[in-house]
This record gives sequence, structure tokens and C-alpha cells, in this order.
Amino acid sequence: MEELKEKLKVQLIAQLNLEDITPEDINSSDPLFGEGLGLDSIDALEIIVLLQKEYGIKIEDTKKGKEIFQSIDTLAAYITENRK
Amino acid sequence: MPLHYFESMNNPVIRKYVSVDNRSVKVNGTGLLLNEQGADFGEFMKQIYHSCSISYLKFFKMDPQSKLGFVAAKILLQDDDRDRFEPEEKAIVLANSASSLNTDEKYFESINDIPSPAVFVYTLPNIVAGEICIHHNLKGENTFFIQEESDIQFMVSYLNILFNTTSTRKVIAGWVEVDLADNYRAFLMDVEKENGGESQGNFTVDFIHQIFKL
Amino acid sequence: MSVYLESENIITSLGFSVEENMKAMGEGISGIQMCSNTTLSDQAFPVSLVDKNRLNAALSGFSLPDDSTFGKLVFLSAKEALKGSSVDPSDPRTVFILSTTKGNIELMRGKGNNAGNNRLLLWHSADQIRRYYGNPNKVIVVSNACISGLLAMIVGQRLIKNGDYDHAVIVGADVVSKFIVSGFQSFLSLSANPCKPFDRDRDGLTLGEGAGTVVLSNRRPNGRKTVTELVSGASANDANHISGPSRTGEGLYIALKQALKGIDEDPGFISAHGTATPFNDDMESIALTRAGLAHIPANSVKGFIGHTLGAAGIIESLIGAWCLSENMMLKNMGLQHQGLVNSLNTPIENLQQPFRTFVKTASGFGGCNAAALFRKHE
Repeated sequence: MEELKEKLKVQLIAQLNLEDITPEDINSSDPLFGEGLGLDSIDALEIIVLLQKEYGIKIEDTKKGKEIFQSIDTLAAYITENRK
Repeated sequence: MPLHYFESMNNPVIRKYVSVDNRSVKVNGTGLLLNEQGADFGEFMKQIYHSCSISYLKFFKMDPQSKLGFVAAKILLQDDDRDRFEPEEKAIVLANSASSLNTDEKYFESINDIPSPAVFVYTLPNIVAGEICIHHNLKGENTFFIQEESDIQFMVSYLNILFNTTSTRKVIAGWVEVDLADNYRAFLMDVEKENGGESQGNFTVDFIHQIFKL
Repeated sequence: MSVYLESENIITSLGFSVEENMKAMGEGISGIQMCSNTTLSDQAFPVSLVDKNRLNAALSGFSLPDDSTFGKLVFLSAKEALKGSSVDPSDPRTVFILSTTKGNIELMRGKGNNAGNNRLLLWHSADQIRRYYGNPNKVIVVSNACISGLLAMIVGQRLIKNGDYDHAVIVGADVVSKFIVSGFQSFLSLSANPCKPFDRDRDGLTLGEGAGTVVLSNRRPNGRKTVTELVSGASANDANHISGPSRTGEGLYIALKQALKGIDEDPGFISAHGTATPFNDDMESIALTRAGLAHIPANSVKGFIGHTLGAAGIIESLIGAWCLSENMMLKNMGLQHQGLVNSLNTPIENLQQPFRTFVKTASGFGGCNAAALFRKHE
């Protein structure tokens, strides 16, 4: 799980063009949206692309996305449960 | 009141202009930053961004055309007093020849894989105008024209219409383009209806032709 | 000086003229159908498409300046509108204006294969139609996301009022292509069902294909029961987000306020944007409420013809003008249960009552919004 979280941080930084942010800057339990990383609705859509591309997971309901995308922790847990 | 006072009320003036291309950034025709190392587009934009000493994470998510317009507008409005006009009195009128084709091509490449929403959103030419409006709180008139080449006569005429018939008192106007061959050029002017002062009477087709070529 | 709608045409899934479209919409017929054309999308999806066989048949015998679907739509729509017009398209006092978001994007190929293709350039598409009619003036192209069509009409009205031209031939068109479909899918903005503007259960938009042409003129048209004037218009930006609608309806509110400045009567009805995405329709309800217009009957015609993107402002303005002359307002096709953050007056049956004016609004990516006021003269 820890390994997945670290990998996710690197993937998020690349997918979302998070310039000047390193994996160490992202705390696994911190909220991804709102303050901090400054992510917005387009970033949420890009995380959906990332999940599909890297983990074969399709999310079609944005409301569901809200819960899954809360933090690196929730994202990693969802991937672990649903990856193919 | 002397007659020239009324004239200065009616004649728009160019307060400042900025150009950005692969060689340099110029302010009012004078070099501000030279691309001496011949940095590629991405590197040069980053250099200009850092020279503005701002922290705006969204910059790095923008497509090339928006990055270009964003840095040009940032330099143009760096010393501007934001509160002098109401947001809805500040307009933006931009033009280019290639629309958003540079990013369109990039998006097209992603379609057969997994289409990227973050790229798709930039496949409209007016997104750069939106980015500039967000950062500088411009809420007035918005128009993006596509022209074979910069039509300065039309631009002057259209801006005069905005100044004379709408609430517009300030316009960020000009050309922002990254074309299919990755050539890029931005030329932005800050035009205001009321100002007076030294630059009086410089909002003319002839003068803009001169400064556009610099 | 007043600027009038002198002549017009619209081409959508529902027909190739304003009359034909209005007949279908008046009877409550929607042009949205399921489409399983895999060149557009891997999954079947609802969409409003122009009948291509009919388009080709209508153009047989013409040597077209551009034989793409986009080129055909622009050509046929302009031709039909000019047929009923007294304006001379070759007159130096006439200007051509094109509004589109993506033009010939269908012709785009892989990286490196596009740089020499002039047909991808929007000004080039516009120039084709100008040349065909021997017009001597530089064409104007407005490409400003989903407000393009309405904004092109506002630009035309302003140029005529300013005395730059006497007439403007304004053509708007966009084609439903894989490029556009996949993009809206990636935004999760397409509904799996025909769109339901202003409905509680709305869950996305439906794309539409089409073209609209309006000839604007400072000359009052003859021989019509009523004539429509484009009184005023304005555009504005939310200055909030490049794709997300403003939570305060900021830009649309400002555009409405500016377009209606100095007008003391309430508009008869509002032809809203109404895409049927959850956030857009809420945003419109907030802006209309702020503008004091929540009680005015409002509709979206996108339940009939989908979202026709760069053509929408022209097509929907012409539908509004027709309704004005007939003293009717179309119902909100697809609406069953009102469900907006601020409630609006959104009829679910056609209204038949005297109308003197209507307001057309539009909003788009980049935070842009536009509004315009139209008035009927008997």
C-alpha cells in the first residue's frame, strides 16, 4: 500500500503538471482538493484519466469521484480494491 | 475648461505594450528579457514566468498559447492599478490566425488513446482570454477574432466602438498565437479611454503598425 | 439607427429552413436520436445530426468552394438566407462574418500532417464564402467558444450601427465530429439520454450539428408581417474558471445588465443557453435571478436540436425571432421536474401570448457569456 501511495504521488505530479511539487510535499492523508495543491474540476477529470490509463479503472460518476479523490489514502484504497 | 481636456476624454491611449517572441520580451519596444541561450518555448516561458516573481500554479497546466498570453498580460499589467476601473469596464479583445490548432493537434493525438480533458479545454482560441480575465479580474467585453494576418485597422475600429458605445474603459487587446509549426508571438496593448498625459493620441492605426512590427 | 434581421436560414436535424424547424418544434418533435456511428464514438450516444443525404442533394450541381460537411453547411445556409434577401452580398457595404468553434476540424490528421492544410484555418473557411459571393471586404471570424454565434451577431450589429457597413451576412456552423464528441465525453458532460434542460434530473448536454445564417441590415425589410430588430447586446467574462460555470452567475449577470441597460420594460421571454449540465443551468438560474428576470418565461431549445456550439447563438436567436412574430414561446423540451438552485419560470407547454421582445443568452468555456435583446416591430 505504501509503495502504491508513493507511486501515485509521482503519477499525480506528472499527470496534473504540478510544477515545483515533489512527492515529499504531498501528505497521504491531506485533502487533494481545495487548499494545498490547488486542484480543480479539470484535475479531477484528469485523475479519472490516470486511473483508467494506469490501473484500468473506469469512473463514470463524478459524485463517486468526490469520495475517492479525497486524499492519496482514499485513492490508494480504492485502487487496491478495484484494480484489474 | 480647455478644449483639449475633452479631446483627451474621448481619445483612447495606449498606456503600455508588450511583445513576446522566441528572441525576446519587449516592453514599449525596449528589450526586457532576451532569449540569449535560445531556450525552447517551454523553457523560455518558464524563465519569463519566474522573472515576474509570481506563484500561480495554474500556469504550468496551461497550453502553450495560454502560457504565452498569460506572461505577456502579466508583464503588461504588472504595475497596473487594479481598482481604477470596475472589473466589468475592463475588456479583452484578442486575435490570431491559427485559432487553437497547435493544441488541437495535440488533443487529436490523444483521442485514440484516452482523450485528455485538460488538453481538450484548451482547444478553443478564447481560453487564453479566459486565463487572463481570471488572473486580472477582467469581467468586461470578450471577443476573439480569427484573421489571416493582424488586422490593425479593424482592431482600432472595434475598440473605438467598445469605448464609445459600451461601458468599456480599458481594453487588453492584441495578438496571441502559437501556430502549427510552433512559431509563437504575442503582442498586447493596454488601451484606456481616459488618461491624458504623454502618450496622448497614440491610439492610431499607423502607430500600432509601427509598434507591432518592432 | 436600427439594425434589423433582414433574412435568415437554419439547418438542423429538424429541417433546412426556419419554417421547417419551427413546424417540427411547434409540434413538440425533437431531432435528437441515438447514434451508433463508430466514427463519432465507440459507444452509441444521443445526438442531433443534419441529414447528410439531404444536404448533398440540396447542393448537387453546385461547384462548392469547400466540399467538407462544414463547408457544405456554411454554403447552403448562406445561399438559402441570401435567396430571400434584398441585400447584395457583393456590395462593398456588406460584410461577411463567420462564427464557429471548430470549423473543419474533421479534416485534422496526425501530428505533422496539418501545417500546410489551409482548410483547417477558420479565416480561410470564411474567405471561401466571401470569394464565392465576390464580396470585396475582409471577412470577420468570431471564435469564442459557445457564445460565438450570438457574439458574431452583436459584432455585426455594432459595425452597422457605427456606420462601417450597412449589411452583415453572419453565418454560424459547427459539425459533430469525433474530436468534439470525445472531448465532451472526457469532460463527462454528455448525457446518455436526450438532454433535459433545467430539469431536476438533468445530467449533461446533447451535441447538435447545424448552421444558421442571418442577414443584418440597417434597412427595414419589406413585405413581412413583423420585423425583428437586434436592439443591443453585450459580452462579459466570469473571471472565475476556464470550464466551470461561475457559482455567482457573474459574467452572465453582467452581460444581461449591460445588454438591457436603459431598457425599462421587462423582456417578453428569455431564450436561455440551457445546456442541461447540472452546473450550467444552476448558474443561469442564479444570473437570471440576480438580473431580476427569474419571473420571465425562459426556455432552452437544446432539448429539440442539441447544443449546436458555434452556430447555437444564431440558430437560437432566429428561433426566438420566429416565436416573437408568432406570439408564441416554445416549451422546454425534455423538462419534467423543475430543479434549479433558484427557480425560474420554465414552461413545459408552448405559450401563446403577445410578445414584443425577447432576450437571448449564451455562455461558454473560457468563462465567456453574452446576452442580446430583440424587439418586434409590427
